[in-house]
Amino acid sequence: MKYVDEYRSRELVDKLCNTLHRITTDPVRVMEVCGTHTMSIFRHGLRDMLPDKVQLISGPGCPVCVTPSGVIDGFIELASRPEVTVTTFGDMIRVPGARGSLAEARAAGAKVEIVYSPMDALVLAKERPYRLVVFLSVGFETTTPTIAATVLEAERQGIDNFFIFPANKVMPPPLDALMQDPELQVDGLLCPGHVSIISGSDSFQFLVDKYGLACAVAGFEPTDILRAIVSLVRQIQGKRPTIENCYGRVVTRKGNVKARGLVEKIFTPVDCRWRGLGVIEKSGLGLRKAYEHFDATKRLNITPVESAEPKGCRCGEILKGICGPRDCPLFGRRCTPGSPVGPCMVSSEGTCAAWHRYGGLV
Amino acid sequence: MDKYILLDHGSGGLVSQNLIGSLFLKYLKNPVLNQLEDAAVLPPEHGQLAFSTDSYVVDPIFFPGGNIGELAVNGTINDLAMRGARPICLSLGLILEEGFAVEELEEIIKSIANACDYAGVPVVTGDTKVVPKGKADKVFINTSGIGIVEVDINVTARQARSGDIILLSGTLADHGITILTSRASLQVDGNLKSDTRPLHFLVKKIMAEAPGAVHTMRDPTRGGLGTTLSEIAKSTNLCMEIDEQAIPMHGEVRAACELMGLDPLYLANEGKCLVITAPEEAEAILAAMCSVSEGVDSCIIGKVTKKYPGRVVLTTTSGGHRLVEPLSGEPLPRIC
Repeated sequence: MKYVDEYRSRELVDKLCNTLHRITTDPVRVMEVCGTHTMSIFRHGLRDMLPDKVQLISGPGCPVCVTPSGVIDGFIELASRPEVTVTTFGDMIRVPGARGSLAEARAAGAKVEIVYSPMDALVLAKERPYRLVVFLSVGFETTTPTIAATVLEAERQGIDNFFIFPANKVMPPPLDALMQDPELQVDGLLCPGHVSIISGSDSFQFLVDKYGLACAVAGFEPTDILRAIVSLVRQIQGKRPTIENCYGRVVTRKGNVKARGLVEKIFTPVDCRWRGLGVIEKSGLGLRKAYEHFDATKRLNITPVESAEPKGCRCGEILKGICGPRDCPLFGRRCTPGSPVGPCMVSSEGTCAAWHRYGGLV
Repeated sequence: MDKYILLDHGSGGLVSQNLIGSLFLKYLKNPVLNQLEDAAVLPPEHGQLAFSTDSYVVDPIFFPGGNIGELAVNGTINDLAMRGARPICLSLGLILEEGFAVEELEEIIKSIANACDYAGVPVVTGDTKVVPKGKADKVFINTSGIGIVEVDINVTARQARSGDIILLSGTLADHGITILTSRASLQVDGNLKSDTRPLHFLVKKIMAEAPGAVHTMRDPTRGGLGTTLSEIAKSTNLCMEIDEQAIPMHGEVRAACELMGLDPLYLANEGKCLVITAPEEAEAILAAMCSVSEGVDSCIIGKVTKKYPGRVVLTTTSGGHRLVEPLSGEPLPRIC
């Protein structure tokens, strides 16, 4: 398959691994921010090919995992109203809040449908004018532009039974907050490739300037990730931190200006709670005044409540990279992909799910 | 004939009899079924009896490459075949939703008849019930089947031994991805279609080649290859080592899996067979599998070892290694 096979080539992977083994002299701690990176590293079995001195830490970049349980409870409350059909990306379905998951709500009679694009939710709203169709708007820079486009389209077509539950987040503020955490020791960042397509590689420059952090924007295929790790090791050991774009085939310095314009038109930064990380200033997106009539929480009067994280669950620390899944007493016992307790076990991109599914060999 | 299924069609009275005559017997007729007795009585056969049952609730009921009817026939035939059995007959139980289009039912019955004819396995007994609208989704089918296993044959998951070779009879994930993309109304270029087909001819060929050498046969349906291999690993406490590069897949299936964030190892197959065999006979069995149409793409995908007891280990295309755990929950598409 074109654009895939050449980036999974065994020969190239071997070459990059050999380079990595040759150049790594000191221990380096690298955080992969994005959940898709975590998943890809496991899926392709990269962890056992890396030098022992390269330690990978999984960061807070899985949108499902960082959605606080109070918001999940809000989703469920909404879905349980008889006049509402809730539409969502698939991963959200099994995430437990304090009052169960959307899957359980669905079993109890709530109307919950999986969609592949927010535009599908809009089509559903058009087809069922007698229902209130709410799209659970979760995701980072990558997902938000299509949601913004959907809201604009709903406005253009005058569809008044379509709403979103705004829970989108942006990446730079939590990274800024994380780097200020004295417990966290990271030398380099594997920066998220898809987020960077929209935000541009320049959006991570502040991490170099402010924290002297080595940064490399990486794609999601094995050779993409290995190339970026080689870059990070070189930057860290040479003490010349910078931001290197190792995903040049799609990422530019400035990113997708048009998509960002779309997002800015519809959304405005708001303070936002992250599961495990707490409230981070201007890290979320709310609808602007002119588009507030699409906000399900306001129109349908839903107030996300603060709810405590499940007892014993260490997802918060895992999301910060302070401890690993195996340090959690629930991991693999009470908390499994089949019956997850914490958010990191639910999403296929979650650190714990990835460790549980693929991690037994390393 | 009526246009839609009514509750009357399941009453057991005249309307039911009319449906049986004008639809079921019309297409499925054979000397045993024609008697319309409460039970089919079959002549005695020499050997061990194999008995299997499965229910079919697939949505959509018509999909590229087949429909729920032939799936129900092939599925039960394959379950019998995986124990080394020669399937001899099937039962057919239908649960219909009130309001289901008779035209669609006829289409399904025709395809059941065609699948039975092709396989040489007749439906010898059946039952139909109708439930009020909304109490079922169009049509649910149950088929049970009886097969005969030669007295000296014992093919089970527990027979796999260290050193054995793992073969797969063709491309992976065709059925699963076809159903998921039809359900999501995703248009994927290319020719995605279900692989539903009977495997007993293939099994016959394999058993004729080297009967004692075949230790295990399984059809990786729901849960896919990953889950099936995990079950075998667990029940034998041996390690299943497979090579991602060796597993055949259609380009469009791979592309659709990449697009939707699904792992083909966990998607259903409805016409593929996993064979675990003694190493010395592996090449001969591979040649036998490749010689029939349903096995032309067969290949060796791995071996049974003692390396990680009870686990499945995949060597990835890139040369890394990872564990393959059994599927938990239904496969869900990812956000990004």
